[in-house]
Amino acid sequence: MRSDKTLRSPLPLKIAAGAGLLFMHVPILLIFIYAFTTEDKTYQWPPPGYTLKWLGVTWNRPDVWEALNLSVRVAAISTLVALVLGTLCAAAVSRTRFFGREAISLIVILPIALPGIITGIALRSAFNIAEIPFSFWTIVLGHATFCVVVVYNNALARFRRTSASLIEASMDLGANGFQTFRYVILPNIGTALLAGGMLAFALSFDEVIVTTFTAGQQATLPIWMLEELVRPRQRPVTNVVAMVVFIVTFLPILAAYYLTRGGDQVAGHGK
Amino acid sequence: MKTAVHFEKVSRHFGDVKAVDSVDLTIGEGEFFAMLGPSGSGKTTCLRLIAGFDQPTFGDVSIFGESTNGIPPYRRNVNTVFQDYALFPHLSVADNVAYGLMIRKVAKQERRRVADEALEQVQLAGYGARKPSQLSGGQRQRVALARALVNKPRVLLLDEPLGALDLKLREEMQEELKNLQRTLGITFVFVTHDQGEALSMADRVAVFNEGRIMQVGTPQDVYHRPNSEFVANFVGSSNVLPSELVNELTGKSVPASLRPEAVKIVDEGGFEAEIVDISFLGAATRLSLKIDGMRLHALVDGTKAALEFRQKVRVDWDAEDLHLMYDNNG
Repeated sequence: MRSDKTLRSPLPLKIAAGAGLLFMHVPILLIFIYAFTTEDKTYQWPPPGYTLKWLGVTWNRPDVWEALNLSVRVAAISTLVALVLGTLCAAAVSRTRFFGREAISLIVILPIALPGIITGIALRSAFNIAEIPFSFWTIVLGHATFCVVVVYNNALARFRRTSASLIEASMDLGANGFQTFRYVILPNIGTALLAGGMLAFALSFDEVIVTTFTAGQQATLPIWMLEELVRPRQRPVTNVVAMVVFIVTFLPILAAYYLTRGGDQVAGHGK
Repeated sequence: MKTAVHFEKVSRHFGDVKAVDSVDLTIGEGEFFAMLGPSGSGKTTCLRLIAGFDQPTFGDVSIFGESTNGIPPYRRNVNTVFQDYALFPHLSVADNVAYGLMIRKVAKQERRRVADEALEQVQLAGYGARKPSQLSGGQRQRVALARALVNKPRVLLLDEPLGALDLKLREEMQEELKNLQRTLGITFVFVTHDQGEALSMADRVAVFNEGRIMQVGTPQDVYHRPNSEFVANFVGSSNVLPSELVNELTGKSVPASLRPEAVKIVDEGGFEAEIVDISFLGAATRLSLKIDGMRLHALVDGTKAALEFRQKVRVDWDAEDLHLMYDNNG
């Protein structure tokens, strides 16, 4: 109801809400500030001075680039796998009725509800039993389990809103399966896939738990940061990297939010 | 007359449900053909079998003499106007209309020209740039019609296309569809549950019930000469006299239908009846009469002598208005 707007919330509630928000976000700000400190031994507060030198130092550290490179590749491939599998699965569940449909829907969603540590341990034992050596691909598989879910959920919601007769109409007007996908299905689910894909990318990019169980000697960016905290060399470098991770994961999520907010407008209009 | 669509012992089963049960049907070229029946009677499934969205379990559907067995919808020269119109929400009205041409790789300029022409034909000139969501229900309907017609189908299938429109708009569209069909000369196959719509528009009507065709004929045939109790009831709520009574009157032991408008109030002779319900419909007055415990509906001239509830009257009808239903199986 509109009239709720005139209802004033009591002062203590406002203070509590404000405090909660500050509690969540001030630490992130601290990380940013320490990325520019001139003193890297004890993290003295307030920082005695500010410098941009750590940006340069980070830029010249090959281990950072290696970790970043691995993370981007893992996230990209996991997202791609998730896009294909999640869309197909959503299409099957929304378009047809078959035995065990609800069960499959639940099983697909389960990995996101399951604690990462369980997914991680389960995958690790499975890889061991199957004698699959840990590699880039085992990380991708681990990440794909939860990336599929976000794509699936986004695509399913859009499929359910899209009338089934659109596909029949397209076929009726002479379009074969491929043309129907290209000219009708894709434009209608495009934004949902983009949003799902971005969320999947962000999830994969900052994932730690499943990665620790499915990676061999390789370190993704979050894993590298974890190691850096244990035995730091140039401490503010970690802060600079944290800032990069924040930006790389935050922007896609923000974009996904704006893309799916409208719901009615669909990207990919025209030829 | 050439045959446009032919059903040869066609059945479509969904599990144990016989949605279409051994249907034989021939639709001629250029005909305005209506499939009439209550929901779940199999009429829409029959339409989908012609369009190719569904395949018969048994039997064969042929279009212009060619079997459609295994032919996908996109290779059939028929087009459909969907019940929910199924306009592509991401395309403009003009792009919707030109979709079939775009798929057939017609040049862009030509596409635009044909689409504009088609929109003009359905009185929507100038609406091409809009999105379907910006149109009213009646306008969407016309766009769906134009989108189907630009492909120059040999058969146009219409699935309850007027169902979502209000009464006035529906009457307008009925007239327009009829005119369009006459000008284009294309075979129209029209699915509806509205008997008035079927009777007023179609050249011939097939009455469906429980997956079977009960009767095929001209509107006059199915209205005046129903072959079964089901058709008599469904098409214009006729009175059905039980075979015992018909036996007394005519000496033949079959049920008979009697149109409400054939029942007349007379001064003497006929049967004594009591008016148990009376409703004024404008041009006519609808009476519910009780004769010997039997109910009979009558439609009489509203301007004639005042009739009252519980009044005793005498009613009669001409012998020729009593239509004997020899092959009643409903």
